[in-house]
Amino acid sequence: MGGPGTGMDRTGKLAWLVALALLVVAPFVGVYPIFVMTALCFAIFAMAFNLLLGYTGLLSFGHAAFFGGAAYVTGWLVHDQHWTPELGLLAGTAAAALAGLVVGLIAIRRQGIYFAMVTLALAQMLAYGLEHASFTGGEDGIQGIQRGKLFGLVPLDNDLALYAFVLVVFVAVFLFVLRVVHSPYGQVLKAIRENEPRAISLGYDVDRYKLLAFVLSAALAGLGGGLKSLVLHLATLQDVRWEQSGEVILMTLLGGLGTFAGPVLGAFTVVGLQNLLSDRVGSWTGVIIGCIFVLCVVAFRKGFVGELLAWHKRRQPKA
Amino acid sequence: MTEIFGVPIQALFGQLMLGLVNGSFYAMLSLGLAVIFGLLGVVNFAHGALYMLGAYVAWFSMDRWGVSYWWALLLGPLVVGAVGALIERTLLKQLYKLDPLYGLLLTFGLALIIQGVFQQYYGSSGQDYSSPDALQGATNLGFMMLPNYRGWVIGVSLVVCFGTWFLIERTRLGALLRAGTENPSLVQAFGVNVPLMVTLTYAGGAALAGLAGVLAAPVIQVSPLMGSNLIIVVFAVVVIGGMGSILGSIVTGLALGLIEGLTRVFYPEASGIVVFVIMAVVLMIRPAGLFGKEK
Repeated sequence: MGGPGTGMDRTGKLAWLVALALLVVAPFVGVYPIFVMTALCFAIFAMAFNLLLGYTGLLSFGHAAFFGGAAYVTGWLVHDQHWTPELGLLAGTAAAALAGLVVGLIAIRRQGIYFAMVTLALAQMLAYGLEHASFTGGEDGIQGIQRGKLFGLVPLDNDLALYAFVLVVFVAVFLFVLRVVHSPYGQVLKAIRENEPRAISLGYDVDRYKLLAFVLSAALAGLGGGLKSLVLHLATLQDVRWEQSGEVILMTLLGGLGTFAGPVLGAFTVVGLQNLLSDRVGSWTGVIIGCIFVLCVVAFRKGFVGELLAWHKRRQPKA
Repeated sequence: MTEIFGVPIQALFGQLMLGLVNGSFYAMLSLGLAVIFGLLGVVNFAHGALYMLGAYVAWFSMDRWGVSYWWALLLGPLVVGAVGALIERTLLKQLYKLDPLYGLLLTFGLALIIQGVFQQYYGSSGQDYSSPDALQGATNLGFMMLPNYRGWVIGVSLVVCFGTWFLIERTRLGALLRAGTENPSLVQAFGVNVPLMVTLTYAGGAALAGLAGVLAAPVIQVSPLMGSNLIIVVFAVVVIGGMGSILGSIVTGLALGLIEGLTRVFYPEASGIVVFVIMAVVLMIRPAGLFGKEK
């Protein structure tokens, strides 16, 4: 990393190292580890979503199906079939990738606004299937999921052990997304986002690039969902519903579309806000989230990181 | 008793009639979505919430002020249309130069707000709203009993749908609207107040949703979630029909309602997803939708 073209200057790198250091010490200085882990799972989800919307320009309104679907698969395998957590996670991720392949094949036949509607409808279909499947526990979902032992050795019931595991997965996903975006493949994705007809005229098989991006994004969303089912011992219909798909859009938008730090910041903000609000205002939380959504779209489209970068850019010529 | 494919004919016609009632709502809602999308380029996610709002206007005015169903038929669309005009003037207006995806996101946020506020006051449980005395009872059609209110819903929605079609395709106002869809700046240059037309179009689409809500109030329980479950099905209907044609969205809406009714008779497990399956099949065969034009 580093050097021209990687999009990360010295300040950016430093910021990430500081953030990582903060995450490492967080549970030792009294921050509630379950909160940070939940936020990290949603950060993985938002990064996966950002890969699709921020870097490829595809708005999926059905990503909760992959997130929540994988939560069910991982939860069921670890809880009922007594698989080890890492195998359960892999299976959840693979299931999400497969679902992503099917949904992607159908959805990429339409563009823009239609793509959003098609993904929403297909996700609703998956959610309906999960609600009525035999292993998902209907309205109750799968509760009290035992985390099991990582590789059959390390018991994850210890919150600190799980914390370390979640953090490692998060960093791995972050580096993976960084790598993908800066690879030649990632550059083609950006070209498609900027001008699809031109990418086609340059000879790129745009549909295959989009499909791969969709599958990658679905798989990573699934990884985040599977991890979440272990952290919270829970997989429910709430994770699959369209409100959840909307939430991940909000996280990405609020943090900054098409930036690396944006989805992570957005996830921490939204999860933090929900924790804070649900204690104080209860069910008004949904209304407040809706208001933030509207404000964000009308007046704050660049998000935290986008605004920061724009401010930085404005300042630079004078310096 | 007569049977078709092992299904009593009474049950078959009963489900077909229910399907036609659902299809009437699909048609009215997808029609409003198509009209709004045509001129504004916005996919109105709040459409389900506006439909719910219409139903609550009917229930609330009856419950509080004893306003009869017939006045609610007028009041519902007016109130919801006014809310629509307000939304367009204050919020949507700021997004027209941007990617249409932002319109979808904004209306999604609005749907969350409207739905959330109603959930706050009414929870998730439904309120009963009885149909007016004049429309109670049922008529014997010889082969089946038709509950009068359901017949009324189908009739009204057909009249409203084809009225809208006539307004847009056959009148001067409609011609301006269609011209505005093609080239708003040229129409503006001819002295037409395009921003006003845009506001009225959104208000009109919203009013259609509000009217559908009032019509639905006696058929289903009035609840805050009644719109959010419906809107996704209506989106699928819109994708199947393609948003290019007014007549297309009416026909697709009614047809899908009927197909859903048939599925409920012959394979009930699939009735919740049959519309989505059809959508997937149509996308594979004819990506632009049945009545859409490939751009």
